[in-house]
Amino acid sequence: MTAQTERVDAAPAAGAPVSVKTPKSPDRRPGRRGESSAPYLLLIPSLLATAVLLGWPLVKNLVISFQNLNPRQLIQHLTEWAGFSNYQEALGSEVFWRVTLRSIVFTSINVVLIMVLGTLVGLLLARLGRRMRTLLLFGLVLAWAMPTVAGTTVFQWLFAQRFGVVNWMLAELGWESMADYNWFGSQVSTFSVVILLIVWQSIPFVAINLYAATTTISKELYEAASLDGAGAWKSFTSVTFPHIKPFLWATTFLEVIWVFKALTQVYAINRGGPDRLTEILPLYAFVEGPGNQHYGMGAAISFLTIAILLVLTAYYLRTVLKQGEDEL
Amino acid sequence: MNRSLFARTWPGTLAVLLFAVFVFPVYWMFSTAFKQRGDIVSETPVFLPLDGTLENFRTAFSADHFWTLVGNSVTVTVLAVLMSLAIGLAASFALARMKFKGRRGFVVTFMIAQMAPWEVMVIAIYLIVRDADMLNSLVPLTLFYMVMVLPFTILTLRGYVAAVPRELEESAMVDGCSRPQAFIKVIFPLLAPGLMATSLFGFITAWNEFPMVLILNKDVEMQTLPLWLTSFQTIFGDNWGATMAASSLFALPILIVFVFLQRRAVAGLTSGAVKG
Repeated sequence: MTAQTERVDAAPAAGAPVSVKTPKSPDRRPGRRGESSAPYLLLIPSLLATAVLLGWPLVKNLVISFQNLNPRQLIQHLTEWAGFSNYQEALGSEVFWRVTLRSIVFTSINVVLIMVLGTLVGLLLARLGRRMRTLLLFGLVLAWAMPTVAGTTVFQWLFAQRFGVVNWMLAELGWESMADYNWFGSQVSTFSVVILLIVWQSIPFVAINLYAATTTISKELYEAASLDGAGAWKSFTSVTFPHIKPFLWATTFLEVIWVFKALTQVYAINRGGPDRLTEILPLYAFVEGPGNQHYGMGAAISFLTIAILLVLTAYYLRTVLKQGEDEL
Repeated sequence: MNRSLFARTWPGTLAVLLFAVFVFPVYWMFSTAFKQRGDIVSETPVFLPLDGTLENFRTAFSADHFWTLVGNSVTVTVLAVLMSLAIGLAASFALARMKFKGRRGFVVTFMIAQMAPWEVMVIAIYLIVRDADMLNSLVPLTLFYMVMVLPFTILTLRGYVAAVPRELEESAMVDGCSRPQAFIKVIFPLLAPGLMATSLFGFITAWNEFPMVLILNKDVEMQTLPLWLTSFQTIFGDNWGATMAASSLFALPILIVFVFLQRRAVAGLTSGAVKG
């Protein structure tokens, strides 16, 4: 279905994520030398790279979050432990909670729009004739392939105050006051543009996958449903929906995780402005850390964000592994 | 009669409308890039630039550091993808074809790694790279991008390796090949489509990456194209033509690859749960 559950035979899934296991030292029986250690040897480069370049930054992030790391300590290479004070400061500040709430609202709006519209487009794809489907697929793939930063730049131009095509269109449609509207002047309007951008970029993934999932439903099920007198709606709720439900569930989680950390779009479109009002958690950590040179504080915020994401990821993988049962 | 006409035509009509919505931003980028200045700063937008110009591309090409940044982006992307293919292929072969203790654990490890919140880890990465005295260098970027795309590479290739019939490998070994020889002579050629689809994703990720290069490389000579593109206002001011030309140049390689490999690419990406 959706995720990394490729076809490989193995034992059924147990669920909870497992941490990195260190390879056991291979027993080398004479004659069959290398056969038993071979898989570990093949895995070593990848594991090593992942541990050093992914594991270490994660640990480092945790360590820094317990330190005072401001320009002075940074320049003199001092290690100053701060206990939980960064966390206390972060969790005690009103700004942190406001940004967290904003991130949650931002993510929810995006994900609801992406999932609802993506599903509808996917179902439409399944309904279309071949030529129309190819056309729409082509459009979706084009939007999907558009690099993030290029997409962001284009949206800035589409929504430009002067000569932007969106303002012109709104004015033509009778919304005269929008003719010179500055989309990047307020929190709500900036977020609107970012949300449109992210939804535009994300619908193709959901729609195309969903369409792929519906193609695996056997025609006989629909025939059986219609013989039983089911109308279009009934056959959707009794045949299509149960079939795509696991896919929708897993994809919703993927989208939540992706949107929650959508730093690039938010940063590139308006630098978290106006007045830092569109900063979401990853960007807030970024601005507090490297921006304001409070690395300890930034790391604490990062770690809280990572913790939220880890919980989401664990839950996501659990659903996926459960669905995959014998596929892992 | 009316009703049935509507019933017959609405899906097609909607499809055309949606097509327009999804394609328009891409179209607007390219068309603006070819427009004369007068057609860009016009109170009524020009939808079909019939008297196109290459002036905007000339401006983009001659912008400071453009070619340096193209070089940087290509270097970092290609090296990261090749390296991750090399070490990922080994790992995926082990995970797909061999039975050993902890195999499942490794697979799950890479699944978790694929979801790694790189965007949120940049502070720690900055401090690590700074302590290693490697800020403003392409080396850390290449290495981190490699690991960024590695889990996906492994998990996707694992599927492709598993799809190659075991019998092919075994019969090669019966014919006197060693296991490595059987791999190189039999499996590797069959993996070409898989390698292509996988590297496409890696290419996109590395080509797009933004937060890390933003924090690591302040030296303009060592930056990559995404960073350059987001600072277009300092480079081109309000020159939207040049900005869109720059965006087009940045997007073109990926759009071309995507359209050419469309079916394979989509299959590859959907099987890997990856946002392009």
